[in-house]
Amino acid sequence: MASLLEINDLHVTYRTAGGDLPAVRGVSLSIDAGESLGVAGESGCGKSTVASTVLRLQPKNAQVSGQVLVAGKDVLTMRWGHLRAVRWADASVIFQGALHSLNPVQRIGDQIGEPIRLHDSSVSKAEAATRVGQLLEQVGIPASRGRSYPHQLSGGQRQRIMIAMALACRPSLVVADEPTTALDVMVQAQVLGVLTDLVHELGLGLLLISHDLSVLGTTCDRVLVMYAGRVVEEGPAGRVFDDPHHPYSGALAASFPRVGDPAARFAPAGLPGDPPDPRSLPAGCTFHPRCRLQTAECQLSDPPLQIHGLSRPVACIHADGTNMKTAAEARQRRPDQPVELAAGTGSTPTRRGGRDEW
Amino acid sequence: MSGELLSARSLEVTFASRHGPTNAKGVDGVDLDVGAGEIVALVGESGCGKTTLARTLLGLERPSAGQVSYAQSPLRYSTRALRDYRRHVQLILQDPTGALNPRQSVYESVAEGLRIHKLVERYHREGTALTEVDLVARALSRAGLRPPERFFLSFPHELSGGQRQRVVIAGALALEPDVLIADEPVSSLDASIRGEILALLLKLRDDLGLSVLVVTHDLGLAWNIADRIAVMYLGRIVEVGTTEEVLGHPRHPYTRALLSVVPEIEQIDPIVLSGETPDPSRIPPGCRFHPRCPALQGGEATAVGVAGRCTGEDLPVIEAVREHQAACWLSMAVSSVG
Repeated sequence: MASLLEINDLHVTYRTAGGDLPAVRGVSLSIDAGESLGVAGESGCGKSTVASTVLRLQPKNAQVSGQVLVAGKDVLTMRWGHLRAVRWADASVIFQGALHSLNPVQRIGDQIGEPIRLHDSSVSKAEAATRVGQLLEQVGIPASRGRSYPHQLSGGQRQRIMIAMALACRPSLVVADEPTTALDVMVQAQVLGVLTDLVHELGLGLLLISHDLSVLGTTCDRVLVMYAGRVVEEGPAGRVFDDPHHPYSGALAASFPRVGDPAARFAPAGLPGDPPDPRSLPAGCTFHPRCRLQTAECQLSDPPLQIHGLSRPVACIHADGTNMKTAAEARQRRPDQPVELAAGTGSTPTRRGGRDEW
Repeated sequence: MSGELLSARSLEVTFASRHGPTNAKGVDGVDLDVGAGEIVALVGESGCGKTTLARTLLGLERPSAGQVSYAQSPLRYSTRALRDYRRHVQLILQDPTGALNPRQSVYESVAEGLRIHKLVERYHREGTALTEVDLVARALSRAGLRPPERFFLSFPHELSGGQRQRVVIAGALALEPDVLIADEPVSSLDASIRGEILALLLKLRDDLGLSVLVVTHDLGLAWNIADRIAVMYLGRIVEVGTTEEVLGHPRHPYTRALLSVVPEIEQIDPIVLSGETPDPSRIPPGCRFHPRCPALQGGEATAVGVAGRCTGEDLPVIEAVREHQAACWLSMAVSSVG
């Protein structure tokens, strides 16, 4: 049986006025039914671009190559009418800002019911209403709240409405792009609980995008860590968070301290510098300018994702098992050095002419 | 600690309601102290009143009862007194992109406060010949933007998220404040930048002796930088103590629930409280947490014989003394026995 989602060697380049911007540079992944895959990384690493290609939602200036197969069908080359059928029914997306994704002047029940009747005109209004009630209860909201307007609900409830809506046409795959970023810890726990329950109960495939490796570590089965448009580490979620092999995954894991860990007390860990500008990536390993393990060798070539006798693929020449650093060691580093402009503005987009003359 | 720099006593803030006769109590009786050179984290869910408390401490909101005092003198609410006060107590907001004017250069953004407070003239009168450029450069370099001159003419869109937050912090530092009140200073920033901004706050405390009140829902952040933690629920502080006490040996069931849902902590079974923070215009009688309290629902309170008090008797306000305290009938009963 084919995977629910299979992405093979995906490249996405945005054509911009400032030149071509390679956002995704060769990403492959697959998700089976009942499996949740997390994608972690900083802003600009290409994780949301990957998510957008699953339903061909990328902007017009994006040039895409590679394969995106949803239930075995290539989304990138599909005819428009066919794509419309795949959206919602085979795969659906939960976006980050629930407040901005809901229509403020329509009752939430009607909004959830809309895709149901659009996709299957034989469904009567009453049947759709029953289904909406079931969906609401599935995400822990009483069916009677279907008559509410979005402003009458709290942030966590609205985010759960988004989940209910994504499930409306019984998709087998759900893509959630930072579904809990704007929520506080307790509500985040509620929303993530709803998502994981659905994966288990309905056998959904879940692609969860987040910058918070700790959230992915506790919610997903597997994670990919992305940096500058490529996957740098892939493995079982809990293991990647507890024992990262790539120095970047290590820094990402360490930036969310374990409460009670004496090493993190008065020692917040961060990663100095900024992610590189995709238009002018550093030579060799794209992470080397920020990496604490860097050597001259790192500047020679960008290491491929390889299993160096380790349990999982890592794109780092130092991750050979002998030089591996754990998150605990990464934490000892105190990033209180100042940000140097040379490293800083390298990543910033356009600098308008004339402004350098002071 | 010799003197408390910033304190709140019996602070209450009510918001008039447009529907119905009951006013919403955003802050309902809070005593809190921030000492010189101390970092205090104020934690709680959205809607618990932590931001309202921070705004009241800044003089942006007037308390309906109680008092804010700074350096032992009560805060006065005349325009002039407030302006003077805000030179000493500065605010750092969550979203640096929203806090900076997109059409102002970094220099202008940082210099604006200096001009409002006429600091250059003030220094001049005091005999220090510092120009505006010197002061802006000093603030930027303290905020970790070095060399500062190279940032002067940058615009916010040319900077990364972390650099923007540093500019916001530089704007506050330019006024040489004694207290920074930071409302979720890193929650809109990337994971990798988060650590750097927190390290900066710690460094400012070490180098300049600044006090910081961090408002956050992130217990990991509190563990990273705070000396003390105050946990707020529905307008009141329900537990206060040193970070080690509150996060290491939490007494209030609410604190325990908050801790259990931090994703990094795997040893504890998550206690996910159902529902959201209740409506501040309908504060439950008795302990305000009792409708959601896992200890009451689980029968622990009944076993100790305090269930009646939990549902019927309001708890006293936690005083601002420096010891570990929790406003919970169960924890009081247990600790008095033990």
